[in-house]
Amino acid sequence: MLERYATAASTYAHWIDYQFLLIAVLVGFWLILAEAVMFWLIFKFRAKDGRPTQYITGEEPHQTRWITIPHLVVILCDIVIIVPAILVWYNIKQVLPPADETVRVIAQQWAWSFQQAGSDGVMDTADDIRTVGELHVKVNTTYHFELMSRDVVHSFAVPAFRLKQDALPGRTITGWFRPNRVGTYDIQCTQMCGIGHALMAGRIIVETPQAHAAWLLRNSSPSVAGQQTPPAAAMDAAMAMAEVRQ
Amino acid sequence: MSTEVQHAEPGIFRKYFFSTDHKMIAMQYLFTGMAMALIGGFFAYVFRMQLGFPNQHVPGYGIVTPGKYNALVTMHGSIMIFWVAMPVLIAAFGNFLIPLMVGCDDMAFPRINRFSYQIFLLSALVLLSSFLVKGGPFGGAWTAYPPLSASGAFNLTPVGATLWLLAVVLEFVAFLLGGINFTVTTMNSRAPGMKMYDIPLVVWMIVLASIIFMASVGPLVAGAVMLLFDQTMATGFYDPMRGGDPLLWQHLFWFFGHPEVYVVLLPAMGIVADVIAVFARKKIFGYKTVLYTTWAVGFLSFVVWAHHQFVAGIDPRMANIFSVTTLLISVPITEMVFLYIATLYGGSIHLDTPMLWALAFIAEFMIGGVTGIFLGSSGTDIYLHDTYFVIAHFHYTFVPIAIIAVYAGLTFWYPKMFGRMLNETLGKIHFWGTVIPFNVIFIPLFITGTAGDQRRVYSYAQFAEQSRPALQHLRTTSTIALLVMLSFQFVFLFNFVWSLRKGKSAGANPWRSNTLEWTVPSPPPHGNFAELPTVYRGPYEYGLPGRADDFFPQNVPD
Repeated sequence: MLERYATAASTYAHWIDYQFLLIAVLVGFWLILAEAVMFWLIFKFRAKDGRPTQYITGEEPHQTRWITIPHLVVILCDIVIIVPAILVWYNIKQVLPPADETVRVIAQQWAWSFQQAGSDGVMDTADDIRTVGELHVKVNTTYHFELMSRDVVHSFAVPAFRLKQDALPGRTITGWFRPNRVGTYDIQCTQMCGIGHALMAGRIIVETPQAHAAWLLRNSSPSVAGQQTPPAAAMDAAMAMAEVRQ
Repeated sequence: MSTEVQHAEPGIFRKYFFSTDHKMIAMQYLFTGMAMALIGGFFAYVFRMQLGFPNQHVPGYGIVTPGKYNALVTMHGSIMIFWVAMPVLIAAFGNFLIPLMVGCDDMAFPRINRFSYQIFLLSALVLLSSFLVKGGPFGGAWTAYPPLSASGAFNLTPVGATLWLLAVVLEFVAFLLGGINFTVTTMNSRAPGMKMYDIPLVVWMIVLASIIFMASVGPLVAGAVMLLFDQTMATGFYDPMRGGDPLLWQHLFWFFGHPEVYVVLLPAMGIVADVIAVFARKKIFGYKTVLYTTWAVGFLSFVVWAHHQFVAGIDPRMANIFSVTTLLISVPITEMVFLYIATLYGGSIHLDTPMLWALAFIAEFMIGGVTGIFLGSSGTDIYLHDTYFVIAHFHYTFVPIAIIAVYAGLTFWYPKMFGRMLNETLGKIHFWGTVIPFNVIFIPLFITGTAGDQRRVYSYAQFAEQSRPALQHLRTTSTIALLVMLSFQFVFLFNFVWSLRKGKSAGANPWRSNTLEWTVPSPPPHGNFAELPTVYRGPYEYGLPGRADDFFPQNVPD
């Protein structure tokens, strides 16, 4: 149901979409039934001359069962919804499957910047690739992200992945995703972060292994790494500014 | 009381600024709330125009810049909840109805009552004054998450942020004073013979809402003072660089913020219960069960707050607990709605304007209720959190509460408040002109939210997936429907003012209702009851077999 409105491009997107469908069917049934009963009663018991109203307290057992039985069915439906909801949540947010790759995601007013290991495969070395606004990832690869913020609360959201996690200054939050469809998808900030909130867009580019390897090679050679310095320097300047503001 | 009545008419100044009469204070709350609703509605018009017709000149406002957009949405949310829903639903109806319905001459503490309104008015003025200061009004969303709200360097509205916070705290003080009054008056000043289960539901619900409010607001007042210190005295309660924690605010805010939903819901449910009973000519189905479910809702509302924070960086294991409690709260609420629907069975339903509003409340609120399940279930909330799905969901609860139920109450008690009937034809035009566009505004927003539209952005130009023309058509549809809905509100304003002078004279009890407020003249005189009433039965004895009349007022002896 959700895929009709938003592309699904990660493994857990489908889990969330099925959960959405399950809820839609269950509550949709109840909503339509309740509305239908209500409108039927309004029609059936519209005021007519000479028809007296019935005196019903709603406290006799044969009356309360009209409430008690639906009440029990609602509890049952709640259980049917809550169990898979918690399972979906558990598998996305509580479990961290082993990582093939790790990326660092840094939020600040009003840009996304990313850091990932260069061709040596080790983070925090000279050939790390730092990008602003663009994250290149490999399809069918499990990524851990380390999410941090330099100033205010932001939220790292990739609708196509059904991924959303707030970024908090002062802590690093680790999560995961596994893209399973090649393409370019939006990154949003979904937490009000100041006047540039609507400009805080990014792209996540899911590539085939070959394309990703080529990109990696292009960007982690020392000469090109030098070209990456300006955004990194800009980020450091922004961070320094953020500290001055404190 | 009798000496009060013999006083000469006080001067204008004493009458309007220092009157301690509960009906006068109720009217002041009502008109202040309605004036604020016009302002909040105007803001909705401006930012919806920007979303429907991006970057165009908005007639009556101008170009909406990002900073102004943020301020508009922040002020729309704050005003509609704190300065419209609360003063109208709790303070205006509470002040007007409680003494009249429990059968006493005034509130238990009339001077505290007066003080409460004065502080409320001050809070509204402080909020509005933030439009005049350098940097303009606060734009960090009505939830005001720090560090954004804590530092002028981040939010660029250093003065506006502080004024917003001061205004909110003053508003809380006003409603703490009011809440004490509503609770004490209902518990101590009831007419002889009125037992706990003879109290009309609307009074019960306003009292329970006041208790929930008073019990939940304390932590937020403390949190607001800490935020005020962070803003003005460079403390670091919410600053992680200095050992503070931004999440602390979120917990304090939502510990109040979620019960607050029920604080405004309960009075609305109470109004609807009373209206349905009168116009279906029926006893409320399971009066006591309605009360038990209300208590259950009140209790559960204190243990659901973190469902606003599933993805906020709290321990993910905590989400499971709050997901369960959130779905649990659906049980008493559903039961309450079922009881209202069951009340219609066997009735004699008169579709006068107040009844139309009351029935629309139930029909629309159910949509708001069931869409909450998508958000309360933690798995789907990962995707839907902070999208337009959330906006559509809570407007399907808040519009029924603060607009539809308020109209049910206003059209129902207008004859008692002003002594004249509203025009029924205009009332029905206004009803359909409000309810139909309301659905056309928010159903498209469910879809854009499902498609991933995030909240609180003035433009989707930067986001390829959200810039699809199909989504823009939906946003434009929503905006046009809003224009229609807003324009129909002038029908109500006209009807309201016109009927004050030209309406048909109402008499004491035009709806043939049972409760005590209909036993006094319309409008009720100072001191309310010429002779304090005695109560013999519950408030909903309609259609009692063996009586000529289909109603049986509470004060008529057997």
